[in-house]
Amino acid sequence: MAKTRPFDELWGGSPGTTPRADFEAVAAWLSDLSDAELLRRQQAAEAAFRSLGITFAVYGDEEAAERIIPFDIVPRVFSAREWANLSAGLEQRVRAINLFIDDVYGARKILADKVIPADIVLGNSQYCIPVAGARPPHGVYAHICGIDLVRTGADDFFVLEDNARTPSGVSYMLENREAMLRLCPELFDALPVEPVDSYPEMLRETLQSVSPQRSDACCVLLTPGHFNSAFYEHSFLADNMGIELVEGNDLEVDDDMVWMRTIHGRRRVDVIYRRIDDAFLDPLVFRPDSALGVPGLMAAYLAGNVTLVNAPGTGIADDKAIYSYMPEIVRYYTGEEPKLPNVETFRCREPAALKYTLDNLEKLVVKLVDGSGGYGMLVGPTASRKEIEEFRAALKAEPQRYIAQPTLALSTVPTFTDKGLAPRHVDFRPFVLTGSEGVTIVPGGLTRVALREGSLVVNSSQGGGTKDSFVLAPDEAAPTPGSAA
Amino acid sequence: MLSRTAAHLYWIGRYMERAEFVTRLVDATIRLAALGDHEESEQAWRSALSVVGSAQAFRATGENFSPANIRRYLTLAEDNHGSIRSCLATARDNARAARTALTVEGWEAINRAWLLIRDRTKPGGVQQSLNLVDSLKAEIRGFEGALGRMLRSEGSWFMQLGAAIERGDNTARLLDVKYYLLLPPGQAVGGALDRDQWSTILQIVSAKTAYRHIYSGPLKPWRVADFLIFRTEMPRSLAASAEETVDLLSAFANRFGRQGAADRLARKRLDRMQSISIEHVVQQGLHEWLHAYIRDNAALDQAIARQFRFA
Repeated sequence: MAKTRPFDELWGGSPGTTPRADFEAVAAWLSDLSDAELLRRQQAAEAAFRSLGITFAVYGDEEAAERIIPFDIVPRVFSAREWANLSAGLEQRVRAINLFIDDVYGARKILADKVIPADIVLGNSQYCIPVAGARPPHGVYAHICGIDLVRTGADDFFVLEDNARTPSGVSYMLENREAMLRLCPELFDALPVEPVDSYPEMLRETLQSVSPQRSDACCVLLTPGHFNSAFYEHSFLADNMGIELVEGNDLEVDDDMVWMRTIHGRRRVDVIYRRIDDAFLDPLVFRPDSALGVPGLMAAYLAGNVTLVNAPGTGIADDKAIYSYMPEIVRYYTGEEPKLPNVETFRCREPAALKYTLDNLEKLVVKLVDGSGGYGMLVGPTASRKEIEEFRAALKAEPQRYIAQPTLALSTVPTFTDKGLAPRHVDFRPFVLTGSEGVTIVPGGLTRVALREGSLVVNSSQGGGTKDSFVLAPDEAAPTPGSAA
Repeated sequence: MLSRTAAHLYWIGRYMERAEFVTRLVDATIRLAALGDHEESEQAWRSALSVVGSAQAFRATGENFSPANIRRYLTLAEDNHGSIRSCLATARDNARAARTALTVEGWEAINRAWLLIRDRTKPGGVQQSLNLVDSLKAEIRGFEGALGRMLRSEGSWFMQLGAAIERGDNTARLLDVKYYLLLPPGQAVGGALDRDQWSTILQIVSAKTAYRHIYSGPLKPWRVADFLIFRTEMPRSLAASAEETVDLLSAFANRFGRQGAADRLARKRLDRMQSISIEHVVQQGLHEWLHAYIRDNAALDQAIARQFRFA
């Protein structure tokens, strides 16, 4: 790949000279602030996060058991037009994801029509056999999707990954905005920023809407407990939705119904927003050694007495082998061309793709089909010879476990570093909600930034940070884009 | 409210109260020990161990019963689950698990008290211990302040209930260890050491000047007993604890329209206390009476756990 300067979200292709249209106010704001003032505000934000206890834990890192994710004060900004296009693409993709999951656990038409190979679905470790043939209340499976997007040019957005299991990070979207409102109020005078604070309300409505039948549904958030790395987010969301934060021990199943133990006796539960993985949900069906879940929960689910958000088995839609077929999946279920393209992907299970991958390892990013969090991944251009050879051996041994993608020149955003403002690579995770009435998307999301110079790895467990993500409101005269119907 | 959350809150109340009691005990013992000679000083610290029921456990550590060792054991020891550090650590664990049921202020107060003691490994000299207990007392008052600003509903009631039960237990144990100093009533014992002992007791329950307001005249041992058992004006008295327990359980009953075994036990205990006087207790034997109180208090604790389904 030719070494060209990556696209900058603020400056486009001309760093420091002319900001992109609509973003003049951001550039003016940045040039008005001294480095000392930026540093002061940045530190104030981090102090606030620490005293609130907005922390995450890194597995296997005892010392840093409670660490905060670095926050960068320079926001990443989307114009109204960019957002309208993105949200239309997200709506289409998530609609297709739900139809796909419904199909592969039901009629399996897409397999019969040979649009994707049957073995890649049915032989997939993410295919959840216990729910085959079961349809969740209202036919919604992936109620909450985090779609990871990357950008390489003014109009070039790509989906890097679909997260259809239990995507995390939305609390950072909300807390980052709180921090920005407190520390940089003048930015909100200069720019018509769409608010994101309705997200907990939207999520609550989504949960209510998919309740099995009763009105006034009792919704709860099921957490693995306060030692989990994302516990802060769990408590934050439960608090802001006004629903109970429960652990497995707080729930019991009786007569295929789920109850929670309260001080006044037991109370029926209708909807469980669970933040534990499928494998831990119910020791009677999945891992028998799991103490996090609730014995009998799957029976209650299969009896249609409780809604699980997201439904068990959605992992089949965010598997990276399935990902490579997403354009076909979108076309098949919506009859439309995909509005958001995939990153070009080589499926190493196919001999030609494997050969190409092995011949070009130093240029490619190689991923485990079932890996996440930046683990089990090779970034060719920055890898050592030894790492490349290890991956070569692993690829030859089990090619079906890997995909490869070209290394993308991810877009950059000015970021406050030790040496003042400098471009750093970013990605973006918007959160897409699907309830009984369709899809809603809050105008914002989580921008993750790779803080090390030149790094493309944005995961928080690997030294990434976060930024606020502004979506600008459309001009009064223009038609309203924003959340799709 | 989830039963588990309620249990966490109740235990936050108990452990914060216990942390404060041990803090005051250490504070008062340091002062008492400073008044006497070497032997009296050692006796004061042994007595402090007995108040919190840790004499056996301390013996098991194999350390000798020196004032410095006992001071360390009561403040910082991680292997003593009744040390100030352990009480605060347990309170904080419960607070983390019930984070959504606490206010930011409430959480921060507990967290700050914990951070104050977390990194200390050596107690240092007596002066350093005094500085530590002074800071801890301030942080714990901050927690009580935060508690007073919470919604007047289950969340704060469970913490207050835990604190009330714990307070009764602590005061009864304190009196029991010192009972031989308080009896018989009216008898003119009273060398200088005894007077120091009585004022130490009052100091532990932060009532040294309050005593003067209630009783005119000099310190009388049986009056100290009367004060700490029967006077509801005195926040740490057994009667005040019994009354507060009844009031808190009634608050639940009024809000939710249901009563249980805990309500009945708590009312019965208060009625009994209101129908007797210190003379009655003396006739029965203070030691025996206090033991019965501690047993009843534990039974009430169990009844609360059952009524609100803690387990």
